[in-house]
Amino acid sequence: MATKQIIHGIFGDEVPLLDSCAKLRAAGIRIKDVFTPFPVHGIDPIVGVPRTRLAICAFIYGITGLSLSTLMMWYMMIHDWPNDIGGKPNWNYYSAIPAFIPITFEATVFCAAHGLALTYLLRCWLVPGAKAKNPDPRTTDDKFMIYLELNDEQSKKADEILRATGAEEVNYKGTITIEPKY
Amino acid sequence: MNTDKLNFVVPAKAKMTSFILMAVGLVSIICMFIFDKQPDDHHYHATRAWANVFAGSFFFMAIALGASFFLGLQYAAEAGWATTIKRVIEAVTWYLPVGLSFMLLIFILGQLQMHTIYPWMAQGIATEGSENYDAVIAAKIGYFGIFWWIRTLLYMAAWILFTWKLRQNSVDADALGHEEAKGFHWKNVKLSAWFMVVFAVTSSTSAWDWIMSIDTHWFSTMMGWYIFSGMWVSAMITVTILVVWLKKLGYLEFVTESTVHDIGKWMFAISFLWTYLYFSQFMLIWYADIPEEVVYFQTRWESYKALMWTVLFVNFAFPMIMLMSRDSKRNYFFLIFVGVIIFIGHYLDIIMVVMPGTIGHHWTGISWMEIGNFLFFLGVFIYVVLTNLSKRPLMVKNHPFLEESAHHSY
Repeated sequence: MATKQIIHGIFGDEVPLLDSCAKLRAAGIRIKDVFTPFPVHGIDPIVGVPRTRLAICAFIYGITGLSLSTLMMWYMMIHDWPNDIGGKPNWNYYSAIPAFIPITFEATVFCAAHGLALTYLLRCWLVPGAKAKNPDPRTTDDKFMIYLELNDEQSKKADEILRATGAEEVNYKGTITIEPKY
Repeated sequence: MNTDKLNFVVPAKAKMTSFILMAVGLVSIICMFIFDKQPDDHHYHATRAWANVFAGSFFFMAIALGASFFLGLQYAAEAGWATTIKRVIEAVTWYLPVGLSFMLLIFILGQLQMHTIYPWMAQGIATEGSENYDAVIAAKIGYFGIFWWIRTLLYMAAWILFTWKLRQNSVDADALGHEEAKGFHWKNVKLSAWFMVVFAVTSSTSAWDWIMSIDTHWFSTMMGWYIFSGMWVSAMITVTILVVWLKKLGYLEFVTESTVHDIGKWMFAISFLWTYLYFSQFMLIWYADIPEEVVYFQTRWESYKALMWTVLFVNFAFPMIMLMSRDSKRNYFFLIFVGVIIFIGHYLDIIMVVMPGTIGHHWTGISWMEIGNFLFFLGVFIYVVLTNLSKRPLMVKNHPFLEESAHHSY
């Protein structure tokens, strides 16, 4: 059983925040989370967040949309009830393909976009009725926060680094007990 | 900052290359006019040679025009990120007067009956009883002739004037102090807003007048946008290649990786705009199947099939696959590699637009004529752009967004 100190390092700007993150990581301190009022580009590698896999999801959803729409159009327009629209060929899918391209494109984008948004919301558990998880509401307005969970020895080091890099406040928010994993 | 790297000096090798390209190209063009004959067709007078010269003139002129448009767009949108590469874009726009001179020369020679690129320029085309009489063209001859010439001269004057003024304001601003120079930026913002309006109309109408009137019987409302998207993407490729090349030579150290990434994105994105318009034009005509419209693609389908598929693959599938990921847009080798290939792809696109309406079924595939002619215009383009690039410092001094652009990163 390990007891860890919760530390909130509050900053007024994103530049010292990024600087502080880099120095904390260089000192071997794991950053639990960072809260910012707006997206800060290029923060992921500095904080040490692994590369997002959302892009892979988007690709899979896109392929799904492409395949489903192709299947749907083939079934409706060619297989089940061949339609003669403006005398266009309807004996196989290939010969009428220009007509199917726009729908294929739209279905691909539709599935990729909706799948991506839903995956993101579910992964972050931003479902209806979910409780807000930001520990300090000021991070939704004009403050930036580094959230740390550290043991006593590391806390001291982190405190120094945070203050040295221009943290406006370093708040101690009690302790958390972490069950060891066997 | 390394100040001696602020002024670009044209490397002797680059200058030499441009001269060699021009020399090789010029020899090919001369040979082209001598050897280009079709003995069994008495309407054919070195038509392919003329069509090639026209395609080369138009393609490189369009790159300069696309760069002009992009420069104006950055001002009108008050975008900051591209400020550090503004001088590179300006250098590309400076080919515009040269390119337009080539165009004007071809138009004048056409009016003097030297070539037959434009069927409506033929003598007696609207006179009943003449051997050249064409009832369809006669019905819309009011749009051609003197009216066409007035429009052509107006486009040229307007584009050169706007481009020249945009650049002049920026140069004037650099000569002043930081505070006094502020007014020049707002002048350029206003000027660009007008330029965008003028360009929106003239880019479409010039494409009808100069490109679509090669196939005088045919018409398409997508043509203006299609040609415009092609010129825009070619301009973005040119700017990307130039910026990466200059960075490799050690210039432009104030241009951040994110700026390079962003022009890579433009190259990627406008490739899709081009594909979208190309396909839309094709699909609507294919679907409606109206004889007077479909004739355009019939010629291409019968005699230019390989070229048609190459253009679609090179300009759509290739950049899509190669430039999709973030890393490839930040990789100099990838940007140059993909850029060079789709640059050639868009030249082939212009060839495909020009050739069927001029030489029709005489097409035999890409030959030394297309290549030699392309090299000549490429040589002139490289020479003009690099010379203009060396005339001014590579960085603007008094642009209000300069700081923002120099710190552009994400």
